Amino acid sequence: MTKNQWSKINDRIFQVVGLSATFFGLAVLAALLIDVFTDGFGRLSWQFITSYPSRKPEQAGILAAWVGTVWVMLTTALFAIPIGIGSGIYLEEYARKNRMTNFIEINIANLAGVPSIIYGLLGLAIFARAMKLDRGVITGGMTLGLLVLPIIILSTREALRAVPSSIREASLALGATKWQTVRYQVLPAALANIMTGIILAMSRAIGETAPLIAIGALTYIPFLPTSPVSVSKSAPFVNFSLQGFLDPFTVLPIQVFNWVSRPQKGFLINAAAGIIVLLVITLFMNAIAIYIRQKNQKRW
Amino acid sequence: MSAEAVFQIKNLNSFYGAKQILKNVSLNIPPKAVTALMGPSGCGKSTLIRCLNRMNDLVLTFRHEGHIIYNGTDLYAPVVDVTEMRREIGMVFQKPNPFPKSIFENIAYGLRIQGVKDREYLSGVVEESLKRGALWEEVKDRLTDSALSLSGGQQQRLCIARALAVKPKVILFDEPCSALDPMATAKIEELILELKKNYTIAIVTHNTAQAARVSDFTAFLFMGDLIEFESTGKMFTAPKDHRTEAYLTGKFG
Repeated sequence: MTKNQWSKINDRIFQVVGLSATFFGLAVLAALLIDVFTDGFGRLSWQFITSYPSRKPEQAGILAAWVGTVWVMLTTALFAIPIGIGSGIYLEEYARKNRMTNFIEINIANLAGVPSIIYGLLGLAIFARAMKLDRGVITGGMTLGLLVLPIIILSTREALRAVPSSIREASLALGATKWQTVRYQVLPAALANIMTGIILAMSRAIGETAPLIAIGALTYIPFLPTSPVSVSKSAPFVNFSLQGFLDPFTVLPIQVFNWVSRPQKGFLINAAAGIIVLLVITLFMNAIAIYIRQKNQKRW
Repeated sequence: MSAEAVFQIKNLNSFYGAKQILKNVSLNIPPKAVTALMGPSGCGKSTLIRCLNRMNDLVLTFRHEGHIIYNGTDLYAPVVDVTEMRREIGMVFQKPNPFPKSIFENIAYGLRIQGVKDREYLSGVVEESLKRGALWEEVKDRLTDSALSLSGGQQQRLCIARALAVKPKVILFDEPCSALDPMATAKIEELILELKKNYTIAIVTHNTAQAARVSDFTAFLFMGDLIEFESTGKMFTAPKDHRTEAYLTGKFG
């Protein structure tokens, strides 16, 4: 056979190998989804979403878990987004290119690859013990915040770098200060990409289990964190409270983990249903991220 | 001419890292005239014009020796407020670089960052600037449209109008037509000739024909050296240096 024929055959072989590799991944995912949905779909109900955990699987629900997830995600966002965007702006727009900056950059890149359980131990040592915040929502939220911080910083930098320098020059040439240029031109132009990065970071955090178990999040919680706003019959009628941030909590993946480790069939069905809820939330967040990215395909 | 020069460039050497770009350039830029900085790619003409509003400050490895005196003050003196100075010395870039905002906001930005909020005043300045930028008739009905919806030539005139809005005294053009077609180029050149009545203008170009069409004075730079600086008419009819002659007759560049 000639050389040309050989390369055609090679080409063909590679196509087949590549295609089967792709389908292998998809097939495994499909099998998992089908398995989870056949087990859990029938269990999804209003009762399931509005009930506390119980010893009887058919009475148990994910109320404490999903509310806990919302609380923890909120804390994570409040903690990680300002710090992440701030660091990203500093490193990309302000930091001088010296050894110190280099050192910080390498470490942030490394932190993005640290196993999540390590963050759990860090959160336990610093937030729960040293800062005496115990095992409340705020400890969980800040621990997950640490976990996603490198992702937010890196994606913020990526987004800022994608803004052409001609925009910065245009602004500076009009007599804008560096901060005005960042605040009014660069940041708005990068915002869509920053948002995408944040949402993807949050959808990573929402599925994390190990670091929260490490800080000692409970698996059986028959109550909700104290509501930040409550109404009373006497003055001052509306009360605000931050107590909820210190209350113990559980989250969806921990609840699922807890149910999976039970022997009863009913709890396994509950776990499958819990996984469906978690999947829907994650896919929904990713869909928003993709939507924002598509809508803001930059045109310069 | 030297007494009233807007810029007096004295023995300017400039470097990017270890690489020397400009070599002992001395040059006076006169008021209310167009001075062309002409030469082949890599001759240092863009570096020179970017010294005039300190745009090179953004390049970390940039450094310079010598002085640039702007209306009596050393541009690189520590007392100079760079942002204030850049309002007086506007710049139009090689590629049109409108902000990804509306036409109105592009023009108003320079004033907004100075804290101007009065809507009526802003509208007045936007209209006046667009008129001076010879763009008003084409965009007056769609000021809220994105500036990115304009054609390349319109975008460049928008950038000129944007520079005019902060009431500069000098406008620096860094190869403003290199990304434009001949028709759009003609419009920009016409506009430059109109603007020189009120503004001091410096324009970088590698195009000898453009220098001949728009400028009153021409500086020919070659490999970082200022070879010749003359009134444009004189240089184009009787160049003193053989390199100038070779460039003007198209032997290189």
